[in-house]
Amino acid sequence: MNETTIDRDIDRSHMQVSDQVAIQITNMNKWYGAFHVLRDINMTANHGERIVVCGPSGSGKSTLIRCINRLEVHQAGSIQVDGVELSSDLKNIDKIRSDVGMCFQHFNLFPHLTILENCTLAPMHVRKTPKKEAEEIAMQFLEKVKIPEQALKYPGQLSGGQQQRVAIARSLCMKPRIMLFDEPTSALDPEMIKEVLDTMIELAEEGMTMICVTHEMGFARQVANRVIFMDQGQIVEQNEPEEFFSNPQSERTQLFLSQILGH
Amino acid sequence: MTNSASHDHAYVRDEMLSEMAPPPGETGLVHWLRDNMFSSVSNGLLTLVALYAIYAMLAAVLPWMVLGVWNAGSLSECREILAAKYGDTDYACWAVLSERWKQLLFGFYPQDLYWRPVLALVLLFVALAPLLFDHLPRKLLIFSALYPFVMYLLVWGGSVWVPLSVIAGFAIGYFASKIITPVAGGLAGTIALFLAPVIWWLFLAGPIAGLFEDIIPLSIEAVKSKTIGGFMISIVIGLSGIALSLPIGVVLALGRQSDLLIVKSICVGFIEFIRGVPLITLLFTASLLLQYFLPKGTNFDIVLRVIIMVTLFASAYMAEVIRGGLAALPRGQYEAADALGLTYWQAQKLIIMPQALKISIPGIVNTFIGLFKDTTLVIFIGIFDILGLTGAIRASTEWNGIYWELFIFVAVVFWVCCFSMSQYSQWLERKLRTDHV
Repeated sequence: MNETTIDRDIDRSHMQVSDQVAIQITNMNKWYGAFHVLRDINMTANHGERIVVCGPSGSGKSTLIRCINRLEVHQAGSIQVDGVELSSDLKNIDKIRSDVGMCFQHFNLFPHLTILENCTLAPMHVRKTPKKEAEEIAMQFLEKVKIPEQALKYPGQLSGGQQQRVAIARSLCMKPRIMLFDEPTSALDPEMIKEVLDTMIELAEEGMTMICVTHEMGFARQVANRVIFMDQGQIVEQNEPEEFFSNPQSERTQLFLSQILGH
Repeated sequence: MTNSASHDHAYVRDEMLSEMAPPPGETGLVHWLRDNMFSSVSNGLLTLVALYAIYAMLAAVLPWMVLGVWNAGSLSECREILAAKYGDTDYACWAVLSERWKQLLFGFYPQDLYWRPVLALVLLFVALAPLLFDHLPRKLLIFSALYPFVMYLLVWGGSVWVPLSVIAGFAIGYFASKIITPVAGGLAGTIALFLAPVIWWLFLAGPIAGLFEDIIPLSIEAVKSKTIGGFMISIVIGLSGIALSLPIGVVLALGRQSDLLIVKSICVGFIEFIRGVPLITLLFTASLLLQYFLPKGTNFDIVLRVIIMVTLFASAYMAEVIRGGLAALPRGQYEAADALGLTYWQAQKLIIMPQALKISIPGIVNTFIGLFKDTTLVIFIGIFDILGLTGAIRASTEWNGIYWELFIFVAVVFWVCCFSMSQYSQWLERKLRTDHV
């Protein structure tokens, strides 16, 4: 895979990491039936941190971030989001989900609703924001991702890159404190990857707490302040990007990096 | 110019080409005819043969239909008129329709009260309009919700207090849950929401409606169920079944996908049982057996019993059609709804059902049309619908021996209704398309 080059200066002035813990995962394990997908995961993310999770396919990286907003249920250990323990209590789950935004590989926009309706739906029904106010907020975020002119179209009429930017705007309309990205650029044509990454960088510059599963190593190198490498359901290595790329410690990491950066 | 072979492959376009019109003969009527009817010698021959077959059919049927007699008191009178007019030919005797159309449409409903079902039919279109076309004012839906009670009152007549007491049941359920929820929690509130109206309807609604009727008599002439028939009964049963089977089908389809074992087993058991039994069996159960299971003295109206059975039957099919729609939705739609913090019911109402129902439109309308045509089966339990009445008419001395004209009429009436449903559903599908507008 080629590294996407990011040809801009990144404004790091807002990208301060606070000492307030956003996500705390302790001794977390997960099984699919008898298959042990996540093994003894321990990690902490502070507010303002931008973490990139990478690893070969099947390493459990998507499953890990899907556990954070309980799209997947873990069987052992604990996950705390903003100090709230994830348990089977539905009220807690809905609270956490409305504070944690998520973007998917396949965008998952609602095809029967317009772009604007996609963005106002959750604020209106979960946050009980009045329609007019929700639409104002939605337009504000659609402008931020640079597609306000598409507001009245349907997702099916937009390109992949535009759809993913709408998906980001849709999450932002809920004013989340944390954003999860599950391979947001993997389903996109090369020409469209950049526009989505630009949007994500902008978000990082504003100090959003982000956890991204991605293969975009250029993004990881320049935006992340920590890279986590996973293999076989375990965290194998984590480090600052500079160290991680130039001086990987484990053999698995070296092999992985040589494979994705080697040509 | 270069003489190197590898350079011959290099190429740079100087200007981009603009759009051009297609060559002549690629559009227009002649092109269409050649493409669709005479694309080869054998296809051309087939076209000619088909055209001749259509001509021959129309040549035989059209005179029979157009030259038929509309005014006669009996089949023999009609044949005399035809013989006097055209000699020894056989043309249609539409007179049976002009003589008996009221019976075919209304059954044995009292003639002087025909205005009531007619008014109910007119109001039906008013009630349907806001349901079918969503650009009409939403306030009209209030009338749509009240329409079933208006229709009941108009068709069956009787005390105004009866439908009012039924409506009161819904209000009682609402208030019961309002009162109980803060005291005993959400689950108890939900149970009260369903249980209170049922208790009201079973034990209290009747006596209280009677009491009010004694104090303030407010009624129109009552009509007995057994006099209601003809196409009217098909519309009453068919529409009630259609209106009720869709929501029940949705609930069953969701129940079948539920993680709750008991809910799931009940839904699966119900669907598989109902689908495994012929409708006629259910109708016989409704007309004969149901009375044995109900407490002595309860007189459950036969039409109501049939509506319940037809609804249950159709909702089992509906549930499977909607399950197909649910299965066609990508997993990501559920996940996106979850990730935004929507609750299960919000996600169902706003995200899942609108899409699943849209996918299921052809299947849903298929079930609607099937249900509507199945209403003709009520003849087996002694309700005289339009098809049953053709038998009664043919058994009369005046019209003994006529059949084509009656059956054509029945076919046309049903075809108009079913074709309208089909056309509406296709319009709706086009309207709901969002992929490339």
